[in-house]
Amino acid sequence: MNWNGIVAIWRFEMARFFRSIVQSIVSPVLSTSLYFVVFGAAIGSRIEEVEGVSYGAFIVPGLIMLTVLQQSIQNAGFGIYFPKFIGTIFEVLSAPLSAFEIVLGYVGAAATKSLMIGCIILGTSFFFVDITIQHPVWMIGFLVLTAVSFALLGFILGIWARSFEQLNLVPLLVVTPLVFLGGSFYSVTMLPPFWQTVSMFNPVLYLVSGFRWAFFGMADVPIAASLAAIVFFTGACLAVVWWMFRTGYRLKS
Amino acid sequence: MAAIVQVENLTKTYDGGFTALKDVSLDIQEGEILALLGPNGAGKTTLISTICGISNPTSGRVRVGGHDVIEDWRAARSLIGLVPQEIRLEPFEIVGNTVRFSRGLFGKSANPAFIDEVLHDLSLYDKRNARTAELSGGMRRRVLIAKALAHEPRVLFLDEPTAGVDVELRRDMWRLIERLRGEGVTIILTTHYIEEAEMIADRIGVIRSGELLLVEEKADLMRRLGRKELTVELHHPVETLPDRLAEYDLTLSGDGRRLVYGYKAGEERTGITRLLSALQAEGMALIDLQTRESSLEDIFVDLVQEGEGP
Repeated sequence: MNWNGIVAIWRFEMARFFRSIVQSIVSPVLSTSLYFVVFGAAIGSRIEEVEGVSYGAFIVPGLIMLTVLQQSIQNAGFGIYFPKFIGTIFEVLSAPLSAFEIVLGYVGAAATKSLMIGCIILGTSFFFVDITIQHPVWMIGFLVLTAVSFALLGFILGIWARSFEQLNLVPLLVVTPLVFLGGSFYSVTMLPPFWQTVSMFNPVLYLVSGFRWAFFGMADVPIAASLAAIVFFTGACLAVVWWMFRTGYRLKS
Repeated sequence: MAAIVQVENLTKTYDGGFTALKDVSLDIQEGEILALLGPNGAGKTTLISTICGISNPTSGRVRVGGHDVIEDWRAARSLIGLVPQEIRLEPFEIVGNTVRFSRGLFGKSANPAFIDEVLHDLSLYDKRNARTAELSGGMRRRVLIAKALAHEPRVLFLDEPTAGVDVELRRDMWRLIERLRGEGVTIILTTHYIEEAEMIADRIGVIRSGELLLVEEKADLMRRLGRKELTVELHHPVETLPDRLAEYDLTLSGDGRRLVYGYKAGEERTGITRLLSALQAEGMALIDLQTRESSLEDIFVDLVQEGEGP
């Protein structure tokens, strides 16, 4: 294993994050605070409790998940797309690094950044609501798996994209709607039966549900199903990445 | 001397069907400087990219330091440093970090003293904390070279290293190349500046339309394909050449004062003595004699034009 190579990529990507540290931290803290104000205070005042949890606390796992998903995709996508765009990717491709090591560097850095932001949002939420995490180990496990799997998705998008527009297309048109319709701000039991069935086809529902279970011990779907969904998604992303490097898809001529 | 880079029957056809390399075979000896000359689109960059692992070969085999670039890619790549043709740098990163990043990518542990030495050698030390976007084109090219040298490669590919740089940097770079050669680094450079190849290369390779036309020692090439010209300045102008001189490859200047005689460089019998005797026999008095040897550029142009047809 080329550990020095992996660390070099990781540090290089983290340096990008720290170069824009204010934007990296202030932006998620601000938007989380706004979510709390709008959803927690304005709407939450009309919904007192969801399955025994105050509405303000109920949306915390969804809010964290929303940001972690978006940040993971964005960071990993940009991380690999930008060197492609400016042409510096040749350096990584000509280095003695395997596909696995390259992925570990880029995806590891993207996941680290989104985990840091996830923790900041969790910290911010303590200022607005009282939260007790019932299964902290599971909470960390879900958070890490989600960050890694969606960073893998972002990495795939970064290799696939030929323009910045394409890079933003999938997160904007597919991922964001799935997150909003995945029970981030509500329990699927609040939906009519038909929409409950439709929601079961939304993979994000399983992530949010599992993550919320780690917080409050309540879930829309069984915890095993959540775990299976995230493991399956991670496996699928790994398979696509493996294929991309094996064929040199949009990386090598 | 052992060949450190071995290219065997390498062919590269792109997805669109364009064949950039046609059955290229080439051995590059350890410690030598090989200059690859060729017009734009000849296949020089494709050849370098394929050796470095950036482009996949369609067929054929490449070994670096005895390691196959496909089967034993990690060992092969760790020996190579590459300076690309275009200046490609992360614009917001500082010089020191981007050079350290390159060393790390190649699996080498941090060595601040060595990185400082490389930066000093390339007159970049004072700019080590500057963002690459703030540097001039010439300085950014130096950064590219520093990045390629950061992991102490045994084989260095320089793809048009002096394109668009000022004379000072070009001379600095030649000095650096000479020093690297002294340290045993094998250098392969592509260039448009024939003068550059003539000055620093041990061997010359000429590539055209994906085919390697020749690879020869520079001196041998100049001797084999080079031409010389003897210019004879006459005391009295002549209108036509006497019949006796018809057997010689002579050109008379418009004013009738100069005769130009062409002959192959390096040949034992040049015919100069016989020509001078013939001139004397014809009673043609001489004022001056000058010789001129064709440059590598003349040879290169002849070679490249040969296959292009009318």
